[in-house]
Amino acid sequence: MAEPLLKVENLRVEFPTRRGTLCAVDDVSFHIQPGEVLGVVGESGAGKSMTGIAVIGLLEAPGRIAGGRIVLEGQRIDDLPYEEKRKLRGRKIGAIFQDPLTSLNPLYTVERQLIETIRTHLEVSESEAFERAVSLLREVGIPAPEQRIKHYPHQFSGGMRQRVVIALALCAEPSLIIADEPTTALDVSIQAQIITLLKRLCRDHGTSVMLVTHDMGVIAETAHRVAVMYAGRLVEVGPVKDVVRNPSHPYTAGLMASIPVIGRKVENLSQIDGSMPRLNAIPEGCAFSPRCPQVMERCRRERPPLDTRGRTEVSCWLHAGESVDA
Amino acid sequence: MPERQPLLRVEGLAHYFDVSPPLLNRVFEGKKRLFLKAVDDVSFHIKPGETFALVGESGCGKSTVARLIVRLYDPMRGTIEFEGQDISHVESRKDFLNFRRKAQMIFQDPYASLNPRWRVRDIVGEPIRAFGLLKDGETLDGRVGVLLNQVGLSPSDGDKYPHEFSGGQRQRISIARALSSNPDFLVCDEPTSALDVSVQAQILNLMKQLQRDLGLTYLFISHDLAVVYHMADHVGVMYLGRLAEVADSQSLFTRPRHPYTRLLLDALPDLENVGRERTPVAGEVPNPINPPPGCGFHPRCPFASERCRSERPELMAVDDGFVSCHAVEEGRMPEGIELPPLAETPD
Repeated sequence: MAEPLLKVENLRVEFPTRRGTLCAVDDVSFHIQPGEVLGVVGESGAGKSMTGIAVIGLLEAPGRIAGGRIVLEGQRIDDLPYEEKRKLRGRKIGAIFQDPLTSLNPLYTVERQLIETIRTHLEVSESEAFERAVSLLREVGIPAPEQRIKHYPHQFSGGMRQRVVIALALCAEPSLIIADEPTTALDVSIQAQIITLLKRLCRDHGTSVMLVTHDMGVIAETAHRVAVMYAGRLVEVGPVKDVVRNPSHPYTAGLMASIPVIGRKVENLSQIDGSMPRLNAIPEGCAFSPRCPQVMERCRRERPPLDTRGRTEVSCWLHAGESVDA
Repeated sequence: MPERQPLLRVEGLAHYFDVSPPLLNRVFEGKKRLFLKAVDDVSFHIKPGETFALVGESGCGKSTVARLIVRLYDPMRGTIEFEGQDISHVESRKDFLNFRRKAQMIFQDPYASLNPRWRVRDIVGEPIRAFGLLKDGETLDGRVGVLLNQVGLSPSDGDKYPHEFSGGQRQRISIARALSSNPDFLVCDEPTSALDVSVQAQILNLMKQLQRDLGLTYLFISHDLAVVYHMADHVGVMYLGRLAEVADSQSLFTRPRHPYTRLLLDALPDLENVGRERTPVAGEVPNPINPPPGCGFHPRCPFASERCRSERPELMAVDDGFVSCHAVEEGRMPEGIELPPLAETPD
């Protein structure tokens, strides 16, 4: 297997508070291959966005990386000084956030924002940057880019604005894009357009994507592999087909079964009782054990490690002792 | 279908919002008055014990319909008949209160719809107090406890404040409050859109359970077609303030007629279809202040003809529902095929 583009090893993100330290990301390890789309799913508070924020180096105090390593293209990036991280952002790692209105500056034209970003990262002249900005807008499917580039963000619709944000993320041809809920604020027909666009761009440019979302449908269509998070921990990582069709972890199985599907008429949806524990009340052993339908005595005492099972890795005692390698 | 009188019948409902420039700009700059036709000529009915869902993308007017029906807005035109009585212009306060008791609403955002300074007991108990619904020998706390039990909370939760609950539990409180006046009819405006999927499943199951136990009728507003498929008996699809199609749930999802319904179904990310490649339909919902002439959907519609660009289609009855589309009327719509891709529409 090729050297992964991004390697995250035993990442731990902590928030010290007056009532003790909260652990938002707890011992999370995964990797992303060049050109691969890794989906990260989980419910609100599962730590999926926090993982993305830690990778891109935007964690704000008092939050801090308390353990583990983040390695991008063979270089460790989690302990870089602030200025070095700043250079990395945009150049090597691009970001797309949920709300396209807040990720654009409302006081500047799209032209100014694109050119500023391009010239920050690339040694080009003003006119070359303009040419590049127009071609980027054309690439993300904005009609009449020569005219539209003069407009302010509020003059664009939600879908078009998200296209501008994607163009901004692509300015310096980063090798990794962190997309945090890129389609959540959009309507379904626009969401379909943006997903298709993201997929095409990654294929054309060979860009890897870490796609953070709560929407399993978006993951199923877009990602190659998927990582499922629960209460700050990774419960299952594997090829999207295996995880969606044949989930190994009881939480993934419960999550998948609770999604209503058109064409599958049921009287009641299968539900996971209870709710995800708060970060200050994570149970001992497996964090999912109080809600797990297949809980065993061991689950309440010992925390299961992430073990390989076939093509997926899963953190559950149910699968302990099964095949080690595929 | 004359066997049961509909509980709710909506005829030709319309509501415009005035978005005109200020008076001075109109006088001195000659700017025109502008109206946003949020809801225009919407008609449907709901039979007792059924769930009728309205779907559509943001800005299509579905929430405005919900608010019109519970009379949070006064309709500009059209009638709303509830139990055979027109409640769009009720004269007597007594009749109006009677309607308010029977029709309650659940809102989308469980963080904004509960008063943060009130204890849950007061939130759930207020309609009981307001309508004077306590029976002899019943205490308010006792009644609130029963209601909290009914939605899966414990009676002791009544002492707490809303911030002590998670989103799903708050939505349970909203449901308990809505149930406290013993309503027959609940208007649910995106009740699970703010919730995680596993919590959404809990709330949807609870709502179905309550419908079975209490014989409730729901008007269910959602943008999520899968949730609508799960919940609804009949579905209305809205586009730019008008109904594009009304059909029973089964035929809408298996044989969508209107091109817009087909677009929506086709745009849905598909769990069963991992890594699907597709060509999404281009274009966006036009500005409702300045909608296109003719059929509102024609700029995005692959079946649009000259007639669609000039003449607005009316809702017409088809064998198991209603659809407003010239292409369906003229038999130009091929049955059950995928939508062909569209060229990018200019802004």
